[in-house]
Order: sequence, then structure tokens, then C-alpha cells
Amino acid sequence: MRIFDPHIHMTSRTTDDYEAMHAAGVRAVVEPAFWLGQPRTSVESFVDYFDSLVGWERFRASQFGIAHHATIALNPKEANDPRCLGILDLLPRYLAKDGVVAVGEVGFDSMTDAEVEVFTRQLELAGEHGLPAMVHTPHRDKATGTRRTLDLVREVGIEPEMVVVDHLNETTVEMVDDAGAWLAFSIYPDTKMDEHRMVRILQERGLERVLVNSAADWGRSDPLKTYKTGQAMLAAGFSDDDVDRVLWRNPVEFFGQSGRLMLDYDTTDGLAATFEGNSILRGERTGA
Amino acid sequence: MSRTQQLRDALVAHLSPAARERLAELADAVAAEPTAIGRLFPAAAREVARGPLDPADRSGLYGPTLDDSVRGVLVAALVESLDDEDAAIRELTALYRYGDGDEKRAVLRALDGLGPGAQPIVEDALRTNDIRIVAAAMGEWSGTRLDVATWRQGVLKCLFVGVPLGAVHRLGERTDDELGRMVAAYAHERLAAGRTVPDDVRLVLDRVPHVLEQFPDVAAALRPST
Repeated sequence: MRIFDPHIHMTSRTTDDYEAMHAAGVRAVVEPAFWLGQPRTSVESFVDYFDSLVGWERFRASQFGIAHHATIALNPKEANDPRCLGILDLLPRYLAKDGVVAVGEVGFDSMTDAEVEVFTRQLELAGEHGLPAMVHTPHRDKATGTRRTLDLVREVGIEPEMVVVDHLNETTVEMVDDAGAWLAFSIYPDTKMDEHRMVRILQERGLERVLVNSAADWGRSDPLKTYKTGQAMLAAGFSDDDVDRVLWRNPVEFFGQSGRLMLDYDTTDGLAATFEGNSILRGERTGA
Repeated sequence: MSRTQQLRDALVAHLSPAARERLAELADAVAAEPTAIGRLFPAAAREVARGPLDPADRSGLYGPTLDDSVRGVLVAALVESLDDEDAAIRELTALYRYGDGDEKRAVLRALDGLGPGAQPIVEDALRTNDIRIVAAAMGEWSGTRLDVATWRQGVLKCLFVGVPLGAVHRLGERTDDELGRMVAAYAHERLAAGRTVPDDVRLVLDRVPHVLEQFPDVAAALRPST
């Protein structure tokens, strides 16, 4: 099984997770820019975080044989803090880089006016840079928030196939599908979607334009949920090719629209390598 | 022949005709307006070429990658066009500051020929644990210009993070007793913990073997087995 997790917050995950992900077949990820569990208070905070998404985290993933990509944006929660708004002026610098495959996560948290303004501006930026947009749907009042999201996407005039609407469930699938956008589902232990409900949705509406992710982050979440969804698909009678379509080819197709994928990025399986092929000295263990 | 032209010629064999043309366009754009490099540097890899230059050095630890070399051409065009080292260092500092991991590495590989003004960039790079950036920071510029105390710490860092010592420029020429002591002490610590010691400590210790008088366990470990 080759797996491309299109939404996972690796900044909050350990090297144990990277090892387990690689063992399960994960070879590529997209890490969206989001919040850190508690609100940031300055533009500089964002700059260092974005730098780590295209620097340290990309390197860290490469040590475990995983090609790491990122999306960049001012997330919905922090769009409400005037101290953070200055980051919007610095976004173009990041949106120009290799491996930055979309503007995201954007969207609504509490549906405030400030959120509307920031969401709109960033959808426009996506268009200006020829990048797709990754849209987070709110966890509270989800159906309403998703409807307003689709209205805004239509108003701004971004092509629906360049938009993925994430964290969908049974109440929001149809409206996003009808709009022609990509549908993303976060498979989570206690909330959001689970792998069995996911399989039912796939059985009902097919595999086209569907992304499955773990959205693993600071909370109780599981970076192997993509793999588990693949297993659930097989158990339900889907083929290996169906699984490959959903877990690999679909993310490649959606994010490939950015022209910024780096699937052949320099990665090594750090577990297999020693000191770059040098022979190793072994000394006598010194006694007391 | 200008340095930009030299670097471009060296790359020719590795680039498709379309890539060569695009690189020429980018270099000319930087020559005409040096500050354009900030805009052109990020896209240079995907628009021209990316990947290993030497297939045996996939990560670009011993020398530049293809994308490092492409970006190096733009840096050469910048330096020539500005013809003012302080201004060049300012631009390179910005490129490094705003660069992703690969862009930072490219800047580090392009510092040779510049003076002590480049040191803050190298010092920042030596504080990261991205081994490709550390390796690039211990390249040509540092081999000739980095002050010896910082340079020694850089060598030790390479040992710690897994950069092969063969990647450190002018390691042999700059090895001194103090570096020998530091490397021997590191090897001694590893042996005391029952752990392995990378063979490339020899690159340092063979140069200053008298240092091992204080570390008989390391001397014993380095002796060829009978």
C-alpha cells in the first residue's frame, strides 16, 4: 500500500510516528499551516512556524523516507487577532516556494466578519499564485459553515476543482460534491469521521475527487488512520487499485495542480543508513 | 570569463536545452536587476533543475546539488552585477533568512570568494540540525575563513549529527591538537557507553596521533585488528 497523507500536522508528532507511518506505507505528506493549540500573538511567530514547515519538518520527514509538502495560510482562529494580520503581507514569499502545494488551512472557525475578510483574501491569493486552496470546515455549526464556504468560493471565482473542502461528514458531503470541489475526510478516533463510515461513503458515491487523511495533530489522533482506511476498504471488497487511487493517486492529482510536488525529494531511510557507509569501529567496553 | 559564465558552462552537461535557456534568462534578469534574485531564487530549482549533481552524493553533503549549482549561478550573477561586497552580503543574508531548507543550503554553497561578512550566515547554519545545511556550512567558505574555534565546534557537530567528516573542507590542513583532543574525547565517551565510533574519526586522529596518549582506549580501538 503506498500512502500519501494529504493532511497531517507533523510538527506535533514524534519520530515514533514517522517510523510507524513509513512502515505502514506512507511515502508523502502534506502538512497544512494551522494553529499550535493555543493562539499565537505576533507575525514573527508565524514566520518561524512557516519557516519550519519548509525547513526543519521537511528535513525531519526526509530522514524517515517521507516527502514532506506544506500549505501556508493564516488559519481561521487566528484571523480574529489583529496582532496576527500582518502575516498576510508575507504570504507571497512562502507561496512562491517549492513544496508549497496550496493556500491553507483557510475557512471559518466562528463565522466572524474578520474571518470572512481573511478567508476571501487568501482565496484570491491562491488564484494569483495558481495554487489550490485547502479549506477547513468548522467543527461547530458545520453544515452552515460549509454552505457559507461554498458561497464564498463561488463569489471569489476560484475553480471548484482547485478547492478541497476538508473535515466533511454525512451532513456536508452532498453540498460539496454538487459544487464540484474535492472532498476530504479526516479519519479520527473519537470525533470527525471513522474508517467504516468512510467506506460507506465511498460505496455510495465512488472514488472520484476524494481525499482521505488522518489530520493527526496535538489531540488524540492516529497517523495510521489512512492505512486503516485502506484496510477497511479492502475488507469491504474494494481492490488494491481502488485503495491506491484513493490513498495515493487522488492526492497526487489534486496537489499536482500546484506544479510544486516533490515526490522524488531526497529522502533516506534513516533506520537503514549508518554513518553514510563508513565502517564502524567497535571498541572494547571499558571495565570499571 | 566571468564566474557566472564559468558556473553556467560547468552545468551545461547536466541540463536539457530548455533548462539551459531558462537558466540563462534568470541569470540575465539578475544581472540586469540584482534585487530580482529574491523573487527568482525560490522558483529556480523547479524551473531549471533539481536533484543530485553527483549520484553518489544524493543529499549534497560533499558538494552542491544540481539545484544548489543552479542557484549558485544566480548568486554569481548577483555578486558580479552589484560589484560591492557589502551589498552582496546583505542580499545573500536576506536570501538565506527567507529561504527554505534547500535555498539556505544553496546560499551556503555559494559563499566561497566572499569575506568575513558572511560569517553570521554560517554561524546561523551551524545552529541547525538539518545535516544538509550543516554540511554546506562546513564547505569551502568555512574551510578557508571560519575562525578556528567555531570551525572546530563545526567539525564536532558533524560527528554528532552524522555528516561524514570527508565532507568538511580542508579538514586535514586545519586539524590541530585541540581538535584532535575534542574528537578523541568524543570517541572515548562513545566507547565508555559501549557504543560505536564512526570510522572517519581517523581523518582527524591520524593527523595528530600523539593526542591519543591521553586516550589509550581510543588508540586501542583504532589499531588494526590482528
